[in-house]
Amino acid sequence: MSSRAAILARVRRALADVPSDDDFPVARDYARAHVAEGVLELFVAHLRDYRAVVHEVAEDALPDAVAAAVERRGARTVVTPAGLPPAWTAGLAEGVCLADGWAYEQLYDNSINNRPTVADRADRADILTTSTLDTADGVLTAAAVGIAETGTIVLDAGPGQGRRALTLVPDWHLCVMRAADVVASVPQALERLDPGRPLTWISGPSATSDIELDRVEGVHGPRTLEVLIVR
Amino acid sequence: MTSPPTFLGMPPFPEAARSAVSNPQLRHNLRKATHTIRDKRAHVVGELSDWAELRAAGAAIKDRTLRRLDEYLLAAEAAVAAAGGTVHWAADAAEANRIVADLVRATGETEVVKVKSMVTQEIGLNEALAAEGIRAYETDLAELIVQLGDDLPSHILVPAIHRNRAEIREIFVREMAEWGVPAPPGLSDEPAALAEAARRHLRERFLSAKVAVSGANFLVAETGTLVVVESEGNGRMCLTLPETLISVVGIEKVVPTWADLEVFLQLLPRSSTGERMNPYTSMWTGVTPGDGPRDFHLVLLDNGRTDVLADTTGRQALRCIRCSACLNVCPVYERTGGHAYGSVYPGPIGAILVPQLRGVATGKVDPQTASLPYASSLCGACYEVCPVAIDIPEVLVHLREQVVEGGGHRAERAAMRAAEWVFDDAKRLRTVQRVAARSRRLLPRRAPGPGAAWSDSRALPEVPAQSFRDWWVRERGAPPARPPAAPAQPPVEKNRIEEDDR
Amino acid sequence: MRVGLFITCVNDTLYPRTGRAVVRLLERLGCTVDFPTAQTCCGQMHWNTGYGKRIEPMVAGFADTFAGYDAVVTPSGSCGAMIRDNHPRAAARAADPGLSARVAAVVPKVYDLTEFIVDVLGVTDVGAYFPHRVVYHPTCHSRRLLGLGDRPTALLREVRGLELVDLPGEEECCGFGGTFAVKNPDVSTAMGADKVRHAAGTGAEVLCAADNSCLMHIGGLMDRQRTGMRVVHLAEILASTAG
Repeated sequence: MSSRAAILARVRRALADVPSDDDFPVARDYARAHVAEGVLELFVAHLRDYRAVVHEVAEDALPDAVAAAVERRGARTVVTPAGLPPAWTAGLAEGVCLADGWAYEQLYDNSINNRPTVADRADRADILTTSTLDTADGVLTAAAVGIAETGTIVLDAGPGQGRRALTLVPDWHLCVMRAADVVASVPQALERLDPGRPLTWISGPSATSDIELDRVEGVHGPRTLEVLIVR
Repeated sequence: MTSPPTFLGMPPFPEAARSAVSNPQLRHNLRKATHTIRDKRAHVVGELSDWAELRAAGAAIKDRTLRRLDEYLLAAEAAVAAAGGTVHWAADAAEANRIVADLVRATGETEVVKVKSMVTQEIGLNEALAAEGIRAYETDLAELIVQLGDDLPSHILVPAIHRNRAEIREIFVREMAEWGVPAPPGLSDEPAALAEAARRHLRERFLSAKVAVSGANFLVAETGTLVVVESEGNGRMCLTLPETLISVVGIEKVVPTWADLEVFLQLLPRSSTGERMNPYTSMWTGVTPGDGPRDFHLVLLDNGRTDVLADTTGRQALRCIRCSACLNVCPVYERTGGHAYGSVYPGPIGAILVPQLRGVATGKVDPQTASLPYASSLCGACYEVCPVAIDIPEVLVHLREQVVEGGGHRAERAAMRAAEWVFDDAKRLRTVQRVAARSRRLLPRRAPGPGAAWSDSRALPEVPAQSFRDWWVRERGAPPARPPAAPAQPPVEKNRIEEDDR
Repeated sequence: MRVGLFITCVNDTLYPRTGRAVVRLLERLGCTVDFPTAQTCCGQMHWNTGYGKRIEPMVAGFADTFAGYDAVVTPSGSCGAMIRDNHPRAAARAADPGLSARVAAVVPKVYDLTEFIVDVLGVTDVGAYFPHRVVYHPTCHSRRLLGLGDRPTALLREVRGLELVDLPGEEECCGFGGTFAVKNPDVSTAMGADKVRHAAGTGAEVLCAADNSCLMHIGGLMDRQRTGMRVVHLAEILASTAG
């Protein structure tokens, strides 16, 4: 017998006492959200609580805010994923942006059960190598969803968000979060997300509590998370 | 044959605990760490007004999963395969280790980077890979401390919780060069400096690694999505940069639906690190060409879990989401640390999970395993904080029955029989009390035999001249057949509490 | 109201003065107290040590002895919890098929002493006088299994002359745990030593609790460590008066 068959048989034997006609309903009487008002303010407060740097900007001030952030940081090169609105980087000097060509939507539909087996595209000229990412000073991305109650930003490989490595290897992550995409709670965020996409949930900069349970920001991921919230 | 998740050669719990309790540095480290995290947990759990409902839902979802586990495993397998992953099934540790070693060898690599994972510790994967000439590098900071220090993990979330900053600095300075990039000169023991040293030590390895091994916190049956919850970014490095990813996942990690994550992503971080959300959570479904590994393998592991599932009381242990909240509030763990439990799963959850995985229900386990269900005062703090409402005290008592039925504790059984003889009949109880009272002046306040363990540190109570029942019968006679019409007059009070009756 | 006193085997044998205090207190509050002498032990030690399958006679004995009372009062948190939580479980697997019904009939009438006074009698001022500085230790089973909440401290706050001070780390187990104290003496003692240290640090003269088992352990440590503190069961404080 294969281990697959053996394990399944053992599971069924172990459950001999369980009635086969019972549905085991789950009571979902927990809250869909814990706050209704002040969602954006809570989002900002919780981001700051976990040491993210947060600025609120108007839409038309975004190019200047990006440029100012890059200048403050002293970043000479910033990775920009495919699909990032060109206006966001309009204030940057030529040569600052390192464009990465990978885009989720261009290659695949969202159906997880009908995924084409596409050859690896990492050898494409417009796909940045890991060592290029490692020498870049930062990365500028959009975001899919923000969660106020937890101070979380979720990236889903959508336009302007790119591959997971882009927001992992550079040491500075500058993220543009639209206020309209900030929800109150984890349940509300999951409703908006597609499980077929690679998802990264980010709550503040990389951190560890492994030494005496003291939280220290900055280990392997970006040590600085800077968020521009566009109202 | 299952491979027991044990540290070889560990003595039974009371013996291991004795040396731990007498180590003041360890006691200090543990006390500081466990109190820090239990306070943080209490704070963030207090922020959610519906914690009780979330906890009930978490338990119910897990119970629902476990009761239909075969169906959900098959659904998960199909979804992972449809998304481009390859699914393997491992009945025990040896089979899982062989699958992983074969997959690594097929890549031509001799090194793997690892995300912190309880299950790969349970099966002894690093040692098994080493025997095949494959070196596994732990990348979680605490696991790195343990690996560099040639130490054993002592906590589920914070495996190096028994170490303080000075000890960690010393391990880094001494050992890092052996494993790769050395510790920077003049390294201080500031946690930020130690974290920076770990970053530098592992950076190049992450960027060049071709194969990674992980566990998973959740596996969503309906979508085939795997979820890894972490803090440092080492998980993201391993899950994203290598070409091949092998995830070893216990069969109890499955949850039915995507929406079920809305419960666990609230319960787990707050219970575990005491944060509203951990810094990084990765979710992936099969392979995404151009983003992340091009080969993804899921190894579904039994290794004794179906034995746990077969025990109708003990199966609730399979709800565990490895948050370690029970360790952080446990007064026993706080004083002994994790090593005393002799397993990668220490603390209250370990005391119910490990004996079951090792087959305590069969009646034949080693003395170390048999000692684990007794490593608790049954205070109930673990149950109180468990985010999936595992009644750990209930299971501990249940496992004690299995130990007793396995034939352990001969002298104790005789004593229990004697006590039954006394307690099954009030007349016998009264006789015993009278004998004790008559000879009470002869009774030592330091006891011989098993009682010595008590009286080494605690004075024994003195036996009173008269038991309560003797007093009652003498004062009041036999109980009245029916209540008197009016309350009895209160007796004359002394102007103090009744200090002595001797 | 006809009250049956379940004194518990430990109190009966080792702490009769607690039992006498309970009788005095309840009678002062207007109750008629019976002590049915057929009672023995709730079976907690057997149950918690792994001999739960052997306690059917004790469970049956309890249910039958106390069947005729309006209320059953016990001055022990852990024994009360044993009856409430585990007698139904023990009865469910007993050889006697009728035992579950008898247990189910008696269990709702079982009260911890403080529950009975506060919830049934509706009293928090029991007219006690105890001019001492006191800390209250909420034993684990009183607190977590019975859910006594603030009933004990509500009663203590009304005691004249008594100064109630907070016990740091009050929610932490004292380390008794029945046979745990014998099977794991080093851990048990370490836990108890911390409890004693916390208590002594308050400057209190007395540590009280609603369970003499824990007090036996804590008091035994205080005795050996010569702290000058003593342990007193809550019932004895509530029974004491200015005369």
